[in-house]
Amino acid sequence: MDFLVFQYPMITIQACLDGLLLGILFALIAYGMALQWGVMNIINIAQGDLVILGGYIAYFMYLYGIHPAWGVIVSPIIMYFVGIAIYKLVINKVVDRDLFISILATFGISILFMQLMNFAFGADVVLANSGYGTTMLFDNNVVLPNSKIFSAFISIVFAICLVVYMKRSKLGRAIRATAQNARAAKILGVNTEKVYAATFGINAALCGVAGALISITFTIHPYMGLPYTIRSFMIVIVAGLGNLPGVAMSGMGLGIFEEFADYILGTEFRIGSVFLLLVLILVYRRFKLSRKREYLK
Amino acid sequence: MNKNSWILYIGILVFGLVAPFIFPAFKVQLSILCVLIVLATTWNIQGGEMGYNTFGNILFYGLGMYLCASVQVGMFFPLAEWTESGGEKTFVHTPSQFFQGMAAGLVVAAVVPTIVAGLIGYAILGLRGHYFAICTLGLGVAAGEISGGIEIIGAGQGFTTPPFPNIGGLEARGEFFYFLSFGALVLTFIAVRAIYTTRFRLILNAIRDNEDKAEAMGIETMKYKITGWMISAFFCGLAGGIMGGLVGYIDSTDVAFDGREMGVFMVLMAILGGKGTLWGPIIGATLFHFFKEGFWTFFLGWQYVALGVLIVVIVIYFPEGLMGWLREKYPERFGEVVDEADRKAQVELK
Repeated sequence: MDFLVFQYPMITIQACLDGLLLGILFALIAYGMALQWGVMNIINIAQGDLVILGGYIAYFMYLYGIHPAWGVIVSPIIMYFVGIAIYKLVINKVVDRDLFISILATFGISILFMQLMNFAFGADVVLANSGYGTTMLFDNNVVLPNSKIFSAFISIVFAICLVVYMKRSKLGRAIRATAQNARAAKILGVNTEKVYAATFGINAALCGVAGALISITFTIHPYMGLPYTIRSFMIVIVAGLGNLPGVAMSGMGLGIFEEFADYILGTEFRIGSVFLLLVLILVYRRFKLSRKREYLK
Repeated sequence: MNKNSWILYIGILVFGLVAPFIFPAFKVQLSILCVLIVLATTWNIQGGEMGYNTFGNILFYGLGMYLCASVQVGMFFPLAEWTESGGEKTFVHTPSQFFQGMAAGLVVAAVVPTIVAGLIGYAILGLRGHYFAICTLGLGVAAGEISGGIEIIGAGQGFTTPPFPNIGGLEARGEFFYFLSFGALVLTFIAVRAIYTTRFRLILNAIRDNEDKAEAMGIETMKYKITGWMISAFFCGLAGGIMGGLVGYIDSTDVAFDGREMGVFMVLMAILGGKGTLWGPIIGATLFHFFKEGFWTFFLGWQYVALGVLIVVIVIYFPEGLMGWLREKYPERFGEVVDEADRKAQVELK
């Protein structure tokens, strides 16, 4: 089993391509996390649950006979307002407090969302069938569902749009200014409260896009949120805040790692290996920094 | 220790000893309460005293649970066949085998997590703040996922712990596990109280308040952090071993490494009562257990919704907990000297 990967190069190519396409999606979620972490200095454990909620929106459109690909447009719009609502109710009370408070509060939101989704949509594993068919490569040895290619393409489009928006628009400038120095931005007339709300909304909208794509390509389930949070956290700490190419690269790296872990260790250890990788990365960075008598801040 | 506190301790001890006979219907609930108090009190050593907010103590709890049950079975029967057949159908423990196995299992369940904490402590405790929190969260979930894939301890289908033996028609299961967990609680309380009167607590508080300065003062912080974690791991493992026998069935993600329930509960209980105090986690755990049983009974199905709301409300509005609120209100009762004139002057300045 272990050596199949090396004996049959087609499996390796398959895993790499799958991982790459999956990793682009992870990078999109991680981008949202990096944005809110950088601007508001909170870690959102409910990130994965926002993704799953976005996925359910697309799934519902599918149930009512609308093509789920339209979820890519509808889901972020709904999720933006969900994000604003969460910000107004909870997040604005934890923004400038201890980070652990924000972790715990969003953990509470995460549990709440999980259970509400469980009630609303049931505990079944669901999938919105896009009917895109598959692409065969290398004499039919490598199978790529077109939906995965579609989702990677859409993710890249959204990421580029967002980068341009952050660079050019007034709100984007305000967000970047607040991330650099919230107090100075306030003095210069930026309404930081609005900027925070918009940031959280944009993050939720990104989660919505990613969720809609995940519901088309993979499966969604109410309790599947936490692994997405951990993945995006991992990508952000590997890449560093505000390092967009880094986020994209480490997202793809994580995707490929996961596919190989799936092939080599077996599917039952897939999520476990992701969490273990997080621990190993943190420990590695801790030892690397401790040589300089520093620590992760 | 003055006379009043002696009366209090003896009163609680006597109450604890007679409680299962006064409330025979609540024996299991009282045992769970004891386990919860142990978990909250040991979490407080990290989260409250040391300032290292961990989600990872669930690792030691789950480890203790699996180890205790495995030793109890493995001492007398082949473990793989036991989990294969789904438990007690093929093999039956005699009473003496059951108690011997339980004793040995609890020792292993307490000692091995302590060693594990010592081994991983150097690597993990070098992280700070939220990195530590997320890393330990990952550790707990990873342990659950991985143990769910290991065949010999039941993998996905779970592990049935040995049923309590029937000694001459006497049904003493509830009493046995109650006194076991109450014993663990008393042991934990004595140990933690003893620790809190020594220099060790002051060092932990120094680490919480400013670790760099503590290091600059010549304290080997890493040594103390690891020791603190090992103490927590010891009692968490013990509590896990007892809880495994009490529940009677171990599942990797729903019972043992249950980060969504027990892992959050221990944090919440300590925060509800008040971090960094001796009595806070105990009061918090007791209150929380009442809350939780109420939710689980009256909002059946909605309990996680209620739990999520409860977490958000507690964290946002009562981050200092009950003891912190009392301290704010009656500072003189906590040994703080209040200078009324000074306080008034400060109020006027503001």
